[in-house]
Amino acid sequence: MTMRKFFGLLVLASLATVPVRAQNINAAGATFPYPIYSKWFDEYHKLHPNIQINYQSIGSGGGIAQVVAHTVDFGASDGPMTDDALKQAGFKILHFPTVLGAAVVTYNVPGVTADLKFTPEALAGIFLGKITKWNDPAITAANPGVKLSGDDIIVVHRSDGSGTTYIWTDYLSKVSDEWKTKVGKGNSINWPVGLGGKGSEGVTGLIKQTPGSLGYVELIYAIQNSLPSGLVKNSSGAFVKASLDSVSAAAAGAAASMPDDFRVSITDASGKTAYPISSFTWLLIPAQIQDAAKREAIKGFVNWMMADGQQYCEGLAYSKLPKEVVAKEKKAVAMIQ
Amino acid sequence: MNLRMAWRKTVNAVMLALTGLCALVAVSALFFILGYLVYHGGKDVSWDFFTKLPKPVGESGGGMANAIVGSGKLLLVAALIGVPIGLLGGIYLAEFGGKTVPFVVRYTADMLNGVPSIVIGVFAYGVAVLPVHHFSALAGGFALGIMMIPIILRSTEEFLNGVPRAMREGAMALGASKWKMISSVVLPAASSAIITAILLALARVAGETAPLLFTAFGNRFWSPGFGQPTASLPVMIFTYAVGPYDDWHRQAWAAGLVLLGLVLVINILVRTVLSRGVSAQRS
Amino acid sequence: MATAPTTVEHAGLTWGPRALLRRLSSGDEIARLVTLVFALTTVLITVMIVEQLWVLSAESRRAFGFHFFVSQVWDPVFNQFGALPFIYGTLVTSALGMLIAVPLGLGAAIFLAELAPRRISDTLTFLIDLLAAVPSVIYGLLGVFILVPLMRTEIQPALKHTLGFLPLFQGPAYGIGFLTAGLVLAIMIVPFIISVSREVLLAVPREQREASLALGATRWEATWKAVVPYARTGIMGSIFLALARALGETMAVTMVVGNNPRISASLLGPGYSIASVLANEFSEATGTLYVSALVELGLVLFLLTFVINGLARLLILVTTQRGSGVAQG
Repeated sequence: MTMRKFFGLLVLASLATVPVRAQNINAAGATFPYPIYSKWFDEYHKLHPNIQINYQSIGSGGGIAQVVAHTVDFGASDGPMTDDALKQAGFKILHFPTVLGAAVVTYNVPGVTADLKFTPEALAGIFLGKITKWNDPAITAANPGVKLSGDDIIVVHRSDGSGTTYIWTDYLSKVSDEWKTKVGKGNSINWPVGLGGKGSEGVTGLIKQTPGSLGYVELIYAIQNSLPSGLVKNSSGAFVKASLDSVSAAAAGAAASMPDDFRVSITDASGKTAYPISSFTWLLIPAQIQDAAKREAIKGFVNWMMADGQQYCEGLAYSKLPKEVVAKEKKAVAMIQ
Repeated sequence: MNLRMAWRKTVNAVMLALTGLCALVAVSALFFILGYLVYHGGKDVSWDFFTKLPKPVGESGGGMANAIVGSGKLLLVAALIGVPIGLLGGIYLAEFGGKTVPFVVRYTADMLNGVPSIVIGVFAYGVAVLPVHHFSALAGGFALGIMMIPIILRSTEEFLNGVPRAMREGAMALGASKWKMISSVVLPAASSAIITAILLALARVAGETAPLLFTAFGNRFWSPGFGQPTASLPVMIFTYAVGPYDDWHRQAWAAGLVLLGLVLVINILVRTVLSRGVSAQRS
Repeated sequence: MATAPTTVEHAGLTWGPRALLRRLSSGDEIARLVTLVFALTTVLITVMIVEQLWVLSAESRRAFGFHFFVSQVWDPVFNQFGALPFIYGTLVTSALGMLIAVPLGLGAAIFLAELAPRRISDTLTFLIDLLAAVPSVIYGLLGVFILVPLMRTEIQPALKHTLGFLPLFQGPAYGIGFLTAGLVLAIMIVPFIISVSREVLLAVPREQREASLALGATRWEATWKAVVPYARTGIMGSIFLALARALGETMAVTMVVGNNPRISASLLGPGYSIASVLANEFSEATGTLYVSALVELGLVLFLLTFVINGLARLLILVTTQRGSGVAQG
């Protein structure tokens, strides 16, 4: 223990000799919103050249772990922290929703250009490893007229701790009892089948290069890499494709009854036009930030994010925060002290 | 008898060819690697690559200027940690040591050399990141420096031991103290060999990625000083290679070419230019 | 002191107050102490690494005990951790790599040490030393963009077609997986086998070779029947060294192994190695048991490479001692 402290002191001492004029804020976490976060931090840096927010997309699990370890100034996650996790952290961490996104089923099936339709049973079956071929009845039944071969389905999932995984498994747990009992939901789970890709970037990369593969990523990754996104049957029975409108529809119900700590799940939402695998994504900010300059910089960013920042959402296929949520969040920013 | 002889001669020729083929296959791997990197990365090693910062995700363009500078900083810190410990430790082993201490030091140095780099990264995270609550170039350099120590230590010891006795005794006969003998006669004699070892150790850690994942972390922007996380070439290559964006892939190739070029140039220079001096001294 | 010291060894070992003062004033003692401190820092760092690994893995060792090594379950949701898939993956990929690299490397080493003309041998050795300097992530880069597509479109289907009756070559052709990782490892460790084996072969005393040749052996026979058996232990040592290196290899394997903690008989399937799971999951392990389990995996890897490295050095030491008759530390 003392040895660790000794090295730590050595490091601190050398840091003291380096003058820091700019605000260097370090953050880490979810890959789900990484495209818009990187755009935001870039734009914010242009507006405030002395504030540099360095965001590393290492997955929601990493965001939670590092903010709890105090090695980053704030984290980001699409799976809200559980009560247990918050208690284990030992200090108060606040959740601030930033955008709404969709976890879509994307695939690489040579010769198939149409958007495939998937029922919840089909998705659960595929990820449980029970549906192994593309021409399985569960899939062909929902896609009449589409020629599907007898090739194996190569499932691709996240190998790192991921909020996108949380969203996906949260949905599967709601629509499949077997999934709920056998596997459960979380950032890192014991996958029955599949290859693991690191980050949404890794999963998209794998799918792009592997014919016959299928996986889940945030919508923008599929769009930016010209991969299809399948339609999913929602709780009202309609096959819905992920889009700005269908994701906002999923949040509509929750927006009005948003809890104070903003932790809410909107998967399998009700509503005819709702996309069933939508989610908020959150910044995880400690309630107490000692460094006054850092605190003001972070608060300033959150306020900007809720107002001007939202204009960048549509260009990257994320849905804006509902008005009610923004109003509530504005008040919550004051809790960062 | 003749038949047997012919058989043995044939076997001899065949094995000569087979083993030669093995050697050729091994060597051609090097040329394949270089070839692919030059072919895929050559066109993207542009002025932009060396001077611009990365662009936001999904936008094309940008470069790896911060990663190149970051790698430079990491190597600087690594050298500041690895060289003194390795060099001075090696001097102790060669010049002052008795029986037990050198044995223990050599043994642990060999042990340290064998530790997988990812384990060193985990160690550096616990020691240089957690206690101070942030990732930093210092922590990354610390991890790399640890990896340099055993190489420099053993090399220094070996090269100092290789300095002829006659030189040492000459200095002592002229009345020099032990330290004076070491610093003004023995060290300079072994200096080019030791510098060789240091440069080779630097080239070795320049390409290390695993220890940097949890120490230097990464940075989209310029990393000020040494106390902040920093981008580095190897980590950028890793991140971009497993990602989906074609633009990232192109940049990964370019970065790979730059990194490999750096490593190979150091290795070639050191083995040709400096070694000539070493072998001349040894004889 | 009346007489001046005549040899280097005695220069620093004189005792007595006057001698001590003289030593201090000439800076020798200071130099000795300073360099001693730095030498001991190496020991300190190594001890700290072992201590950290041991202490941080305590929770996991307590919770799972021996079961850790036989359990296949890696489940962060239910906090059940087992090391078997990772140990399996590490061993399988390394074994595959060795299977390919050892014959190739040994053949090349024999060629370079015994059979080739001097100039060719020197040039090729130089080039192979350069190959050893190529960073792991570059191999990973080439693996991802060149080898994986090749495996997926050409090699794996071909293997399935011809050897698909064996459980070793069944399952979909992902491109990534055990076989690909093994291939990448093979290319990475070949230079080590070559360079160490070559050194060992060169250390075999000339008499062995010459005696054999004098009896009328061909070049190859002299090599294969006299030199190589003599250097056998050293060659084993080089193989162990390469194995230790393969076991700890992180980046190249992580990029092509498939990242799936599953034990499958098929070499075409995805797998996971200890180093890869550490690289992927360490920075995001939440909860102390998860972190502890990962550190325990790191401890396992450390011990594995430690033992094999130790064996390797012993074997090489034995050979070079026999060869030259002088202890080479």
